[in-house]
Amino acid sequence: MSTSYLFPAAPELLLILSGLVLLLVGSFKDHAAGARLVSTLALVTLAVAFFATIIVTPGAAIYAFREHFVLDAFAGFMKGVVFLGALGTLLIAQPYLRQEKLERFEYALLVLFSTAGMGLLLSANSFLALYVALELMTLPLYVMAAFKRDTFKSTEAGLKYFVLGALASGMLLYGISLVYGFTGTISFTALQDIYAAGDVRLPIGALVGLVFIAAGLAFKLGAVPFHMWTPDVYEGAPTAVTAFFAAAPKIAAMGLTVRVFAEPFGAFVADWQQIVIAVAVGSMALGAFGAIGQTNIKRLMAYSGIGHVGYALVGLAAGTERGVYGVLVYMTLYLFMTVGTFAVILTLRRRGQELERVQDFAGLSKEQPLLALAAAIFMFSLAGIPPLAGFFGKLYVFLAAVDAGLIALAVFGVLMSVVGAYYYLRIVKLMYFDAPPEPFDKTIEPELQAVLVVTTAVTALFIVFPGPILGTAQVAASALFP
Amino acid sequence: MTVALAVFYLLAGITIASGVMVISARNPVHSVLFMILAFFNSAGLFVLAGAEFLAMVLIVVYVGAVAVLFLFVVMMLDIDVVAMRQGFMKYLPVGALVGLVLLIELFLVFGTLRIADAPIAASVPTPEGVTNTEALGAVLYTEYFFAFQLAGIILLVAIIGAITLTLRDRGPIKRQNISEQVHRDRTKSVRMRRVEPGRGL
Repeated sequence: MSTSYLFPAAPELLLILSGLVLLLVGSFKDHAAGARLVSTLALVTLAVAFFATIIVTPGAAIYAFREHFVLDAFAGFMKGVVFLGALGTLLIAQPYLRQEKLERFEYALLVLFSTAGMGLLLSANSFLALYVALELMTLPLYVMAAFKRDTFKSTEAGLKYFVLGALASGMLLYGISLVYGFTGTISFTALQDIYAAGDVRLPIGALVGLVFIAAGLAFKLGAVPFHMWTPDVYEGAPTAVTAFFAAAPKIAAMGLTVRVFAEPFGAFVADWQQIVIAVAVGSMALGAFGAIGQTNIKRLMAYSGIGHVGYALVGLAAGTERGVYGVLVYMTLYLFMTVGTFAVILTLRRRGQELERVQDFAGLSKEQPLLALAAAIFMFSLAGIPPLAGFFGKLYVFLAAVDAGLIALAVFGVLMSVVGAYYYLRIVKLMYFDAPPEPFDKTIEPELQAVLVVTTAVTALFIVFPGPILGTAQVAASALFP
Repeated sequence: MTVALAVFYLLAGITIASGVMVISARNPVHSVLFMILAFFNSAGLFVLAGAEFLAMVLIVVYVGAVAVLFLFVVMMLDIDVVAMRQGFMKYLPVGALVGLVLLIELFLVFGTLRIADAPIAASVPTPEGVTNTEALGAVLYTEYFFAFQLAGIILLVAIIGAITLTLRDRGPIKRQNISEQVHRDRTKSVRMRRVEPGRGL
């Protein structure tokens, strides 16, 4: 076991330090100009953090900060994905913030601190580190949800998210305290070592704690039965913030969930498997049926997100290396599809007003064929139709489930993705076969163009070049199953 | 030992009684004051249990900051307590029933559960001959340095968040610009005019 000082945490330290410096820069600059400068520097920082993650990620795990922090291939992979998500969503937020007159430098700062929290979360190696990193991740999110503070909806979203998030943290902490009380340790490594010894059973109190921890994590993931906040918060928050919520924190929470179940409780697959299966089944069903009646595109994306968490959890339910591999591939591809979809949503405007209704997609293909094509690719991919990226994400998790003998779960997942395909395809139908009531705004901001090109390319061409994602995901997954 | 026991029951009794008063007092200010009493008695319980650091923190943080904040909120917000209590009696039976079910379940759980399952990993006991504060200080900046620093960053984020959500630009305000004042010199403030006699400016 190799330990190190500071070095493994370089990407997060970079994010935090640049957050501190940019706080000063923003305070001494004029409003809009300062916000623009701080955002640009924050984007550069996130990009540097992404490359720093690639550089510092080692082959074998490195521990730091008295083993509260671990950097292994799994953490490195997930961090890379999360940093990319934060980078993409901060980029597409720029035109939105300009148009909505929300240009304040704090936005980029909150993204930086939250992203640092996500990185530390993915590297947490004890329940204490997990908790503080989780709070560092979520506290900026509450503020961001209420960022459009002059509108009722946004403040409501912020308050709702805050209250329910605090409740979730309470449950998580309660579970952690039970686990600590019954096992005597908060270290992931120590828990793993104790239970690797042989047929030790998890004490009943720690099992109750595990259930509470699972509930807290399901809350942060937005998985059934703790999903209630998602549609309201997604709808109320400014669209750029919604994009960030759907991309980065969700993926970080998924990475954390995988690590908690696979590492400290890795010896008790039988104990947590039923929880994960129940959550996955509920999320897939709610994501498929709940979205059908939605008229607001942000609410629809919230239900879609719930469903996708369900599909990813199918891989975790398998409890095998292949399952985790499936989760990693799924979440990576989900990132590109979601960021792309939100880039489309942020582009749609009429006379400078943002459009939020599903109905507003009508006739997009006649006015902006390329944008409509990109949107159609994302919709087909989210629905899981081959040969697009979304299909492969689903394929790997379902294959892992079948391998682990969870055939019924896999079949249920396939059925639910058929149901879910309905509302994705409805949007495609609206775009291609209906007439627009009024013309759309023609301009697509350069930031949105760049993100749209990249995400469309990854989603459509994954089948041609799957190597980079699949290869690194394989290495990352095997890090959790030595 | 009996003295300690008597003190324990005294403190515990007052804590519970003031807890009841917190939720039943008519005047919200009285509620807050009873809450402070509850905090003080809980601190006494901590001292009895040998956790003097926790006792002091409880008083400093909860009485010094949280309770005072509550008092501010209670006094500044004009809360109509009578209106808030309208439904209290209506919901009491259901609430009591839920509470009773929970209580019975708790008894069932604790009756059958073997709490004595020894922790698997050896927990660290309080070191002999060292006070709480020293023991905490020894690990806070070494073993738990990471979490401690992160907690500091969380507090910073909380400040940024609070300012982001509440600070408003109140239009044109005349602010003092010290640097401008200091750099003011004769050429900027005094103008020499030749005034023609008998004509004025």
